[in-house]
Amino acid sequence: MTLEEISSRLQAGIPGCQVELVVNGSPSAQNSLLIDREHGFAAAMLMRDQFGLDYCSNVTAVDWPDREKTEKVKSRQMVDGVEKEVEETKKTTIPGYLEVVYHLFSIEKKHGPVVVRMRTGNRTDDVALPSLTPVWRSAEFQEREAFDLFGVVFEGHPDLRRILMWEGFTDHPMRRDYVPPPDDDLELLGER
Amino acid sequence: MDQDLKTELSKHGIFATSFEELYNWGRKNSVWPLTFGLACCAIEMIATTMARYDLARFGAEVFRPSPRQADLMIVSGTVTKKMAPQVVRLYNQMPEPKYVIAMGACAISGGPFRDGYNVLKGIDRYIPVDVHIPGCPPRPEALIHAFMTLQEKIGGQHLTGESRPRHLQRELPSEFPVPEFGEHGLEPAQNDEVFRNPLKVLQG
Repeated sequence: MTLEEISSRLQAGIPGCQVELVVNGSPSAQNSLLIDREHGFAAAMLMRDQFGLDYCSNVTAVDWPDREKTEKVKSRQMVDGVEKEVEETKKTTIPGYLEVVYHLFSIEKKHGPVVVRMRTGNRTDDVALPSLTPVWRSAEFQEREAFDLFGVVFEGHPDLRRILMWEGFTDHPMRRDYVPPPDDDLELLGER
Repeated sequence: MDQDLKTELSKHGIFATSFEELYNWGRKNSVWPLTFGLACCAIEMIATTMARYDLARFGAEVFRPSPRQADLMIVSGTVTKKMAPQVVRLYNQMPEPKYVIAMGACAISGGPFRDGYNVLKGIDRYIPVDVHIPGCPPRPEALIHAFMTLQEKIGGQHLTGESRPRHLQRELPSEFPVPEFGEHGLEPAQNDEVFRNPLKVLQG
């Protein structure tokens, strides 16, 4: 089953489900599906029960910080009564988000991996995603890891605690803007 | 007693020694390590105790599963920040006289994982280390060399004076504060009474 087939069957099977094909331009061409988070759980159930994707091998997360995109926009404007082509640089900020990636296989049909992604609203307060642990039990610890290191909150996870760092730790070390405590740095210690 | 006189006497079948020598001879040949491994270095440590390298030749074959019965802590491997309080606690539970070997790059400084957010940058930040062994991991010969270095160190300690062992110095602490889990890292990040910042040492 190709990604296009999965995509169209998901959209047919779940009303309102938005599925987008994320193209990987590298030679491996491992394209993936971006599923909207409201229908992520229903889509996962459908993929497991009807598409035969019975095994989730890997869950991980990607941090996409806010990006600034500079574009050069050409427009025709009236300058001193003469129409001229003026070039302007336009800066737009693309808001960041956290992305969770699931690698799905079908043991039954010897097929896979199917890469599925979900994105949060932003990186600060809107970081909830549906947990797929009730669908694939193997996602439990890896979703805890993504929660611990990236700060993605999985709704419906049976036991969402930190797994590598301790309770009471407040940072998310795998985020790109993480700064380790300065006490660790010998050179800073030397200045004290 | 004069060394030449001792040699001369031994030629005539007379064995002369001092209490200090006898005491240190006993101590250095029955150093019992704690059964305690943290990472890949532990595998080398285990290999050192097995038949091929045979740490038993040095009187250290009895790995004790209880810190109460152990004399030596071999910190063999990466100390994660989550594990560090437990390592310090185990050290505190060992009775004096006690010694520490920091085995491998990780135990010394954090090694290849130094920049990791979850790795302690050297166990010498919290407990006093007697012998450091570099290597990743060190060969069993290196651990044996470290062990012999420790034996020399024990043998060279006098029962009186400045160089007497820690357990005979009343004012020296036997326990060290266990670091707490903080919001961003361990608190404190190092025990300033134990840790000697290498940069400060270099600057003099």
